[in-house]
Amino acid sequence: MDGKAKAMHQKALGEYRLKLYFIGPTLLVLIIMNIFPLIWSLGLSFTNYSSLTSKQISFVGFANYSRILRDPFIWKYFQTTARFVIVAVGIEFLLGFGLALLLKEQFKGWGLVTTLILVPMMLSPVVVGLFWTFIMDANFGVLNFLISLFGLKKVLWLTNPHIALYSVALVDIWMWTPFVMLISLTGLLAIPKSLYEAADIDMASWWFKFRKITLPLVSPLLVLAVLFRVIDAFKMFDLVFIMTGGGPGDVTETVSMSLYRLAFNKFKTGESCAMAYIILILIIALSNLLIRWINRTKAA
Amino acid sequence: MARKIIKGVLIGLALFFFLFPIYWIVATSFKQWPDIFAIPPKFIFTSTALHYKALFNLNLEEMAKFGQAGKSLFPPRFINSIIIAGLSTLLSVVLGTFSAYAFSRFKVKGEGDLLFFILSTRMLPPIVVGIPFFVLYRALHLIDTHVGLILIYMTFNLPFAVWLMKGFIDEIPKEFEEAAMVDGYTRWEAFLKVILPQALSGIAATAVFCLITAWNEFFFALILTSERARTAPPSIAAVQGTSGINWGQIAAGVTVFLVPVVVFTFLVRKYLARGLTFGVIKR
Repeated sequence: MDGKAKAMHQKALGEYRLKLYFIGPTLLVLIIMNIFPLIWSLGLSFTNYSSLTSKQISFVGFANYSRILRDPFIWKYFQTTARFVIVAVGIEFLLGFGLALLLKEQFKGWGLVTTLILVPMMLSPVVVGLFWTFIMDANFGVLNFLISLFGLKKVLWLTNPHIALYSVALVDIWMWTPFVMLISLTGLLAIPKSLYEAADIDMASWWFKFRKITLPLVSPLLVLAVLFRVIDAFKMFDLVFIMTGGGPGDVTETVSMSLYRLAFNKFKTGESCAMAYIILILIIALSNLLIRWINRTKAA
Repeated sequence: MARKIIKGVLIGLALFFFLFPIYWIVATSFKQWPDIFAIPPKFIFTSTALHYKALFNLNLEEMAKFGQAGKSLFPPRFINSIIIAGLSTLLSVVLGTFSAYAFSRFKVKGEGDLLFFILSTRMLPPIVVGIPFFVLYRALHLIDTHVGLILIYMTFNLPFAVWLMKGFIDEIPKEFEEAAMVDGYTRWEAFLKVILPQALSGIAATAVFCLITAWNEFFFALILTSERARTAPPSIAAVQGTSGINWGQIAAGVTVFLVPVVVFTFLVRKYLARGLTFGVIKR
């Protein structure tokens, strides 16, 4: 081997080693901290293990899975979660996109206004849930005072079983409309002005420009925002936990909440692992959709 | 003109909707006891620092009169939050930057699949991984330890750091370090002395996002800590006096907890869209 080839070889080896040292730790952490626990819980999902008692663990096959899939309450909780996701994300989409259209043209103080609107989504959901509980208090809450100014009657925001779920959704809307607005705004600001100018020369109507220019060009980002929100809202736990704890009765019991109860109140660890796996499969399907969309958006 | 006025009104309404709740909780933290529960709510009031004093245990005798039992646990838990969020952020940003550099500059076998795998771990619902973590941590005696929570938050933020940093490093021209390597730098030196300084604002933005996520996290802190390593979010929620929920003190705790988040939000405002979409959006 002559000197040059040797140097090349050594360089390649050095590069290989660097690659290993640079990526290795990250992969190791993710495998140990994510994949290993998931395999562990898959194993537990076939047992009657309870983290509270030290009784003999025995293998129960698919009993946990079949019990969960036959449990009518679990289906109800899935429906509750779906209702929450549809209402919250639907309104976040409409409000967020509408707001982005309003803020499309810059004005004095534009930067400050947009940043201020973005503050809610950066806050801790549990803290947000906490102070909204205070705001929504039926007696001394400021929300009931504000609606009374419009002649509306007192609302039992968190204790009326017909309303509680939508009250929690309202707080989710408060937190995450800014996110949809931000993503839409980024899309709107990236549309070349020349397209609108060309349409103006042709005397195109507002509606025509909106349908033929605005919507097609921002829609990839809108889909991205909605997918992000659907996955997040589906997993939502903090708000329900702090605001209603699943109540009154079980009207705000989402799947995350009931899984928490199963694992950490009833301590049916094996059964909760089985339920976690059912949820996991749904989330993986949704995330796949999102990641595929991310790759498509990136390519564009 | 009419259109402009309608627009202004609508933007004003939006600002009110998104900011009033925050204003209200901050105002409440400065209200005296009876004013907090006044019907109708008081918009003009004489302010007091009582709740902040109580929060930081500065005025214990006074608080006893209002039914507060014992000392407030807020200061040690606030410090726990700082330690745990800070160290976990440091770890995920360091590991994430290294991996991002390798993914950005080297040919990695199965790069797409690896990046896909890394991102997909971030999508796991906390509650789903939380159950096995609880079992494992108990076996390993990691429940209620700083190390335990730091490890989890590091893992949680790592995929995010890799994706975001990869975007930032992709934007630094390859020619920079190639020129340095022609001048005799090794790849490692080029990384340290050329790439890192160039990527500094990206690293700072990534760190801020990791910091906020770890700072705000509630669920893992709830199930994996109880006393020693408990962070602020689960304890703010648990401030109870003998006379029901102590809203004054909760409001003060919430305010102290929110201030750093708001400050950091303004610091990274240029990167918000990018940060919240794992770097998919570049502006």
